[in-house]
Amino acid sequence: MTDAAVEARGVGKRYGTGVEALRDVSVAFPRGRLTTLLGPSGCGKTTLLKIVAGLVAPTSGEVRVQGRPVEGPGPERAFVFQDFALLPWATVLRNVAFGLELRGVPREARHETARRWIGEVGLTGFEESYPHQLSGGMRQRVGLARALAVDAEIILMDEPFSAVDEQTRRKFQEDLLVLLRDRGRTVIFVTHSIEEAVYLSDQIVLLTPRPGTVHRIIQPSVERGRRNPDEIRRDKGYLDAVDEIWQVLKRHVG
Amino acid sequence: MTGGTARRALWVGASFVLVFGIWEWAGRWPISPAFPSFSQTVLALGRMAADGSLARAYASTLQPLLIGVAISAAVGVGAGVAMGLSRSIEWLTLPLFVIAQAAPMAAIIPLITYMYGIGLTAKVLAVTILAIPVIAMNSYKGIRNTSPSLLEMCRAFLGTRRQAVWKVVLPYAAGLIFVGLRLGVAMGFIGVVIAELLITPTGIGDLITYHSSVADYPEMFAAIASIVALGALAVHGLQRLEQRLFPPEIRG
Repeated sequence: MTDAAVEARGVGKRYGTGVEALRDVSVAFPRGRLTTLLGPSGCGKTTLLKIVAGLVAPTSGEVRVQGRPVEGPGPERAFVFQDFALLPWATVLRNVAFGLELRGVPREARHETARRWIGEVGLTGFEESYPHQLSGGMRQRVGLARALAVDAEIILMDEPFSAVDEQTRRKFQEDLLVLLRDRGRTVIFVTHSIEEAVYLSDQIVLLTPRPGTVHRIIQPSVERGRRNPDEIRRDKGYLDAVDEIWQVLKRHVG
Repeated sequence: MTGGTARRALWVGASFVLVFGIWEWAGRWPISPAFPSFSQTVLALGRMAADGSLARAYASTLQPLLIGVAISAAVGVGAGVAMGLSRSIEWLTLPLFVIAQAAPMAAIIPLITYMYGIGLTAKVLAVTILAIPVIAMNSYKGIRNTSPSLLEMCRAFLGTRRQAVWKVVLPYAAGLIFVGLRLGVAMGFIGVVIAELLITPTGIGDLITYHSSVADYPEMFAAIASIVALGALAVHGLQRLEQRLFPPEIRG
């Protein structure tokens, strides 16, 4: 495996209320790969992602991004939010360019970059639309374009497809793989969907709840290559991995 | 015009006809010799408009109202935003505004007269003590309601505190701040009329007091009706503006 872009060492998080969200989590996230944090609700996967993002401070342990300890958000990390977090009063163009706007990139330059990414995520023609005029799936494409536009090497995605319907979700997963292919970005992806995790991931970190701990790390041997999505979903490696994870998780359900 | 808006215009029109009709009927009955009919009131309004007394009255009434509303907007929005952004300022000043909004501030107006006399200052003050609390409270709520998720987004994309305030918090609160200003204008109308009735009869308050003292009831009613109509139109106009500037779907 390649070297780690992000490394969590003994990370623990206890909230002020006494709830222990994470205990002694150590995981390496390989550079240029997509790693999924998978687990039932309450396993602390979103907390772990926000600790990597620098939005939440751990109560013990540390996270290193490219060897440096995380002390807050940084330019090499970009976040895709579960609820999209788009400015409702701003157009798609301004929303996609917002990360660059905050960094002080001049208007012309940031709009040019934003237009390119709007095209990449398939929203050409919607530059002047407002979020409320878009479907949930399209809004999340805006959120993804905003994260890609700041040119961060590490993309953190917090259940990005949980608020969109199943058909949109599948199409989005397929488009995401195409978007990320050959770009060398490191992606950390939070989900509670086993199929989604196996379909997308190079590595799956299985977390179990109360408190959140790493149960197992799986590298699904799915032959992805440039095969079409339906072939992948019938692949033996894919089906085996889904089954293996389900055997583990079902003990923690209910 | 769609069927919906046409039907609405019809019913709204009917509402006016109904109210003015009952007024006319009650005035002719009459329920009291001091209660003029709608038509007598309209004629009186015409006379007052023609002899210039209405225009002179409004020139004098609108002065403390406009100055008062301008001061209230600046102080109210400023205080509300400051309370929304800083916990210390919130703890220091919020109780003041909560009490001011709940208390019948009109009771303070005699005190204002006692301290500031009967001039313009006293009337401007009367407007501001009624308008500032509602403007401040709405601005404060607008700031405090800012979506935590948008603030987190701003932080994740390396926004500074100042950027978060200017690019997220204030645009988010703008709708509610404007609601506060509209309510503040409504309160300002109340304040200026109370001031003109309680402090010194000037402007529209003078027209009301004078005509009632000489038993010109149609004129007195015309003066009252004109300020009610002006207040309602001003507030309604602001509401229309608000819907255009801050439609609910972009308010966040």
